[in-house]
Amino acid sequence: MAIKQLTIFVENKQGTIVDVTDTLAQHNVNIRALSIAETEDFGVLRLIVNDEATAEKVLAEEGYLIKVTEVVGVKIGDAPGKLSAALGVLDKADINVEYLYAFMARTEKHAYVVLRVEDNAEAEAALEGAGFHLITNADINKL
Amino acid sequence: MEQKYYQKEIETMPVEEMKKLQSEKLVKQVKHVYENVPYYRNLMDEKGVKPEDIKGIEDLHKLPFLTKADLRDAYPYGLLAKPLEDCVRIQSTSGTTGRRVVAFYTQNDIDLWEDCCARAIVAAGGTNKDVCQVAYGYGLFTGGPGLNGGSHRVGCLTLPMSSGNTERQIQFMTDLKATILCCTPSYAAYIGETLKEQGYKPEDIPLKAGIFGAEPWTEEMRRGIEATLGIKAYDIYGLTETSGPGVSFECSEQTGMHVNEDHFLAEIIDPDTGEVLPEGTKGELVFTSLDKEAFPLLRYRTRDICVLSRKKCSCGRTLIKMAKPMGRTDDMLIIRGVNVFPSQIETVLLNEGYEPNYQIVVDRVNNTDTFEVNVEMTADKFTDKVSEILALEKNLANSMKTMLGINPKVHLVAPKSIARSEGKAVRVIDKRKLV
Repeated sequence: MAIKQLTIFVENKQGTIVDVTDTLAQHNVNIRALSIAETEDFGVLRLIVNDEATAEKVLAEEGYLIKVTEVVGVKIGDAPGKLSAALGVLDKADINVEYLYAFMARTEKHAYVVLRVEDNAEAEAALEGAGFHLITNADINKL
Repeated sequence: MEQKYYQKEIETMPVEEMKKLQSEKLVKQVKHVYENVPYYRNLMDEKGVKPEDIKGIEDLHKLPFLTKADLRDAYPYGLLAKPLEDCVRIQSTSGTTGRRVVAFYTQNDIDLWEDCCARAIVAAGGTNKDVCQVAYGYGLFTGGPGLNGGSHRVGCLTLPMSSGNTERQIQFMTDLKATILCCTPSYAAYIGETLKEQGYKPEDIPLKAGIFGAEPWTEEMRRGIEATLGIKAYDIYGLTETSGPGVSFECSEQTGMHVNEDHFLAEIIDPDTGEVLPEGTKGELVFTSLDKEAFPLLRYRTRDICVLSRKKCSCGRTLIKMAKPMGRTDDMLIIRGVNVFPSQIETVLLNEGYEPNYQIVVDRVNNTDTFEVNVEMTADKFTDKVSEILALEKNLANSMKTMLGINPKVHLVAPKSIARSEGKAVRVIDKRKLV
């Protein structure tokens, strides 16, 4: 069920992110969602793309450190309180969220949240049990 | 106190006689090496030196040097001068300076090495009435086996404790009344502190002497150990490349270490030009093994900075004395007063599963040294969680602190991002202006 996320190690200095996005653009990879966590030294760039196999291959060829992680994707309504409702479900189930990021769809009136948790199956069961709709890479590509 | 010697004839031999003995041995040794070690034969040929050009120690300067790099290049058998069937043992370095050395011994090599250690034990007052506790590591490290053998030769009751398990060390020391302790100075200090914590006063501790070596220690540390344990602490020097501990040893005068120069011919050279320096001048210590059969290194550069002296010694020994090494010629850094070898960082990285690709950046801010180490991230350690990457940095810093004694700031950087000049990484950037 989960979504494949690419994580790329980048140094915290000018020009490193554009180098990654240029490489992806040259190989016709479209970025659907992106988040970056930075420290003083380095950044961790997390991407959800339309073609993760190509992205992983071309970035690895450029010498980047890449890790593919399965994360949970969930569809929430585009209205106040929807994110809280989803997070509340996880909190009640005692599931810790390591990080999350959200994105909007172009056409539908929906927002989407990507969640990194320790146990995907557990989080998915909790969210589905509460009536949330989970999404996959295929769903994202249709957006 | 009556002076005792293990091998009086050698230890008190008139200097001219000693030089004659060294000359005879050197001529034979050069021939042995030339005939049996193609690696060194090539070095001699390149320099245009033939064995017959070496007629005595006055010709020593004609021979090419050997360095740690040669040992690495020739690893493992390239400097071996005897067939393996004549060898009975290997010993090896701990690899703390990054490159492991494997040395080979014939039975005769071991006998002579143990004699050297026996001389050190007797110089520290040891006799067959003593109980000698050997708390150097046993195994590949030369400390335990060397002093163990020396202790047997003197006839001491030997306690082969090896290092560690301090509770047990103290139990054997007090129950069996150990009188001589052999270990590293830092371990001696630790045992002393532990005894003190347990309420032992120096006069309750049966020890009378300690033979401490294998790491640098200060005069201040010596006085501290002597006071805590109620002993006289003797320094001992050696290196695996030449045999192990016992290349030189201290006598009751405690003003430098007598070199067992019937076996190890010492020189001081200018580390930059290789030129031999006169006695009393500070320079790099170089040893030539005169008797070693299996692993006879000629003109081996120790990288220790040292001074030799033939000043008459009150102990009656005529063996030349070397000062405690005052430093190293390789790229040692002194950061916040602590000696840091880049190779120690390398060792930590290899132990922790990183590529040995790093860069040390030292600077001075508000009169305090800053110490940062950049390390390249590896694929198998990389994770999407920032908290875990920060934990990796912290763990590395802790391991380096354990190895070095000071705390660096570790930065994980992208693979292959550390600057290389002419294909070789620049390991140290020292921005301090210390002039």
